[in-house]
Amino acid sequence: MMADLILSVNHLSKSFGANEVLKDIDFSVSRGDVISIIGASGSGKSTLLRCINLLETPTSGEILFHGENILDRKVKAPGYRAKVGMVFQSFNLFNNMNVLKNCVTGQTTVLKKSKREAAENAMKYLEKVGMAPYINAKPRQLSGGQKQRVAIARALAMEPEILLFDEPTSALDPEMVGEVLSVMKALADDGMTMLVVTHEMAFAKDVSTKVVYMNDGVICEEGAPQQIFGDPQKEETKNFLARFRNTNQAN
Amino acid sequence: MSKLGDDILKLLRDAGPQYLKGARDTILLAVVATAVGCLIGLACGILQTLTYSKNDFILKKIIIRIIKIIVRIYVEVFRGTPMILQAVFIYFGLPYLTNNSLRFDVITAAYVVVSINTGAYMAETVRGGILSIDKGQTEGAMAIGMNHFQEMVKVILPQTLRNIIPQIGNNLIINIKDTSVMFIIGYAELFAAHKAYVGATYLYFPSALVTMAIYLIMTVACSLLLRLWEHLMDGPENFNLATTDSLALTSGMNNFPRGRGRRAR
Repeated sequence: MMADLILSVNHLSKSFGANEVLKDIDFSVSRGDVISIIGASGSGKSTLLRCINLLETPTSGEILFHGENILDRKVKAPGYRAKVGMVFQSFNLFNNMNVLKNCVTGQTTVLKKSKREAAENAMKYLEKVGMAPYINAKPRQLSGGQKQRVAIARALAMEPEILLFDEPTSALDPEMVGEVLSVMKALADDGMTMLVVTHEMAFAKDVSTKVVYMNDGVICEEGAPQQIFGDPQKEETKNFLARFRNTNQAN
Repeated sequence: MSKLGDDILKLLRDAGPQYLKGARDTILLAVVATAVGCLIGLACGILQTLTYSKNDFILKKIIIRIIKIIVRIYVEVFRGTPMILQAVFIYFGLPYLTNNSLRFDVITAAYVVVSINTGAYMAETVRGGILSIDKGQTEGAMAIGMNHFQEMVKVILPQTLRNIIPQIGNNLIINIKDTSVMFIIGYAELFAAHKAYVGATYLYFPSALVTMAIYLIMTVACSLLLRLWEHLMDGPENFNLATTDSLALTSGMNNFPRGRGRRAR
């Protein structure tokens, strides 16, 4: 099957002052890809994801979305972001709205859908993540796992072409990680294109179609999950995975 | 003691309606000017939080800079000068400077002065309120494709408004009392009624007592109403599960707490 290219990142660099966080990153996302980005804290994983959604402005390089460079000043960031969903570590649900409104408001203000159409669409995705019974709840009344599932529904309701996850389970209590991961797995099974920054190695290994290991601002190694986890080529990758196994055993 | 009682009774009989009319004009001016001031403050808040990125066009950067400087000047001038002199400037100064082509009548001038004065304070309150909202709210709104204006109106300002209600209350109460300086341009409010009565009868203390009581009643009533408003904005403490949708309970693909759902039925 010929890959249908959605996004490609070319020579992307990002510095915060003198601190170069991303160095000459190249990679691409095709339709249906589920890419896990793994690596130690501070390796630039989240910054890369935030650059892709323009929450950070890259220092140099280009990000092509269907061949168009979104870093071009003529491209309006809001229009692009509407097509690229994002799920945050800290959920970032709108605190002033209930669950349903959280999933409706983007559709009515950005996509200009009618309220009814937006609500029906929102319900479809809330059901998908198992949060339909909670439409009247405010974010502060939900558990972390529930909030994250609503956040996923909110992003899905915009019907994005690609969904970015920035450590979606890192802020959750251990017993809630499973419910969020199972929602993400179901999305992957449905063919959603996903880019997931994660510390959940089991998810990276079992669900993703490709794993990217980042170290110190560069993509150190990338490949199929079986290859990265079963037969890593680079010394850094081996060390990182070994460290992870050790801490998991210690737990 | 009975002398005071007699004087107050006499005051209420002779000039009660004037005091009530003064109180009405005071509260009207304070409420309307505070509301308009809030709108000015919200607008300034949006303008002051405008940002541009390195990638934006130079013209956009310059315009945003200029807007911010103008807002800054407005805030500093109207916060940094006494309202009584601002009233003089608007009511006497504008006709003087424009050769009478721009002049307000007393009532309009009073509303304008108190509104823009309150607006200057509210601009800073709103800016503080916006800064207090977690940055994640902004990012959440940006990530679904909202522009700055949509993000402000739908997400940030509603939360800001909730947080600054205590400060709006402060401003309202200060305005109820401080509108008394509008006597300088001849706006007839409660304090003017007091002065007129005292001037005619020399019953200074009884009138001051009555006037104070009326001010206190107005301010306490306002603070009670504001508390109620806060309470309403917070919404109900509990929520109902929308269990009419029986599919959802089974179609959820993961282990959300069913137990809680059943009990709430």
